Amino acid sequence: MKKIELPLTLDDIRNLNMGDEVLLSGEILVGRDQAHKRLCDLLENNQELPVSLNGQVIYYMGPSPAGEGRVIGACGPTTSSRMDAFAPKLLNAGLKGMIGKGPRYGEVVPSIIKNEAVYFYSFGGCGALYAEKVISNQVVAFEELGPEAIRKLVVKDFPVIVAIDSKGNNIYS
Amino acid sequence: MRKIDGELLYKKLYDSILESGVILPKDVSSEIIKQRDIGKGLSKTVLSKIVENLECAKNSCTPMCQDTGMVLLFVEIGRKISLENIDLDKLINKAVEDAYRDGYFRKSVVSDPLNGRENSKNNLPAVIYYDFIEGDKLKISGVLKGFGSENCSKVFMLKPTEGREKVIDVVLETIKSAGGSPCPPTVLGIGIGGTMDYAAKLSKKALLRELNDENPNPYYKELEDEILEKVNSLNIGPGGLGGGVTSLGVKIEHYPTHIAGLPVAISVNCWADRKVKVEI
Repeated sequence: MKKIELPLTLDDIRNLNMGDEVLLSGEILVGRDQAHKRLCDLLENNQELPVSLNGQVIYYMGPSPAGEGRVIGACGPTTSSRMDAFAPKLLNAGLKGMIGKGPRYGEVVPSIIKNEAVYFYSFGGCGALYAEKVISNQVVAFEELGPEAIRKLVVKDFPVIVAIDSKGNNIYS
Repeated sequence: MRKIDGELLYKKLYDSILESGVILPKDVSSEIIKQRDIGKGLSKTVLSKIVENLECAKNSCTPMCQDTGMVLLFVEIGRKISLENIDLDKLINKAVEDAYRDGYFRKSVVSDPLNGRENSKNNLPAVIYYDFIEGDKLKISGVLKGFGSENCSKVFMLKPTEGREKVIDVVLETIKSAGGSPCPPTVLGIGIGGTMDYAAKLSKKALLRELNDENPNPYYKELEDEILEKVNSLNIGPGGLGGGVTSLGVKIEHYPTHIAGLPVAISVNCWADRKVKVEI
């Protein structure tokens, strides 16, 4: 089991290998379908992004509402492949890591290699477990998207597995 | 004619939905634990996390998965009951709305599938099928259907001469192309026969059966067993990471069909096989 303090350094990324079990601690961004579409529209029009992607890790997730006194509701990953059309553009804009579930298609793997990035598998359906790993939860952009808004989470010992490493080794192939 | 107590029906349905989002039915959780115990490597890691997650959900009363789904219900109405003064649609939708609000479930339904896709903010409407049955009972059963797995569901209109082997082929093709996306280990409901839409409905009905519920028809029991074995040889495994169990169960429902057709529908459900069951 590897423990990593975010943000990811280039050394961290290079030392991660497919199949490694990792505990992430620190800040991660959260965004899914609509947020990806909007970020890519902004990039295409050379407009400023509402959050910096530089060196960041993004988690494909849309939480359930937080119960009383809780930081967040259930917060497991959504299916990553719906983000495949957008992911390479975000990687080119500085994103270094993605967390989700399921295989990736199209240009994602070549883009991971080119940008020296990493794709983490998180445990699908394990929303209640992940809720316990989140220390803080803040909406930072596109609030009107509700569960699809962009968030910044601080997590502690957030369990993931390296699914595609920076060399392009792919657990799904 | 037996009169139905609307308030009691509402309360039972509300409770069942609330529990369903948090606690997995015993047959499913037991099978996951069994598979974890015999699992190896990453397969064991994924199944252990799922079991841990089920404990977290129960202890903190948090939905086990943030995708608390769209509610799909089969309502079976006994011919000897009276529904005078009860608007069933309204009662059911109110139970759904209240349970999703009070359980802090995610509202995942958009009011128009194409135009605007605005969230209805109360997870309504539910998808409801009504059927008549003999007797004086009213039964509601269904699932909180997550869409990671629903997006992997498919319908095939096969040629009647293609038969049993082709049915197996298309199921395997569907599960292979789904890979890790539907959160394996999955449960598969298969509908064979009827019309295109009816086969799809049957595939959902098949999902309602418990894992240890044996098909009374020996031909279909054998087909269920064979498909399950072949799916589990695909090496997709828990989370799609390879090795171990891919599906926990395969259930088939069938219906007469036209001489020219062989409709086959496959409904894929994630391991979070959340069922609603009410009888009054």
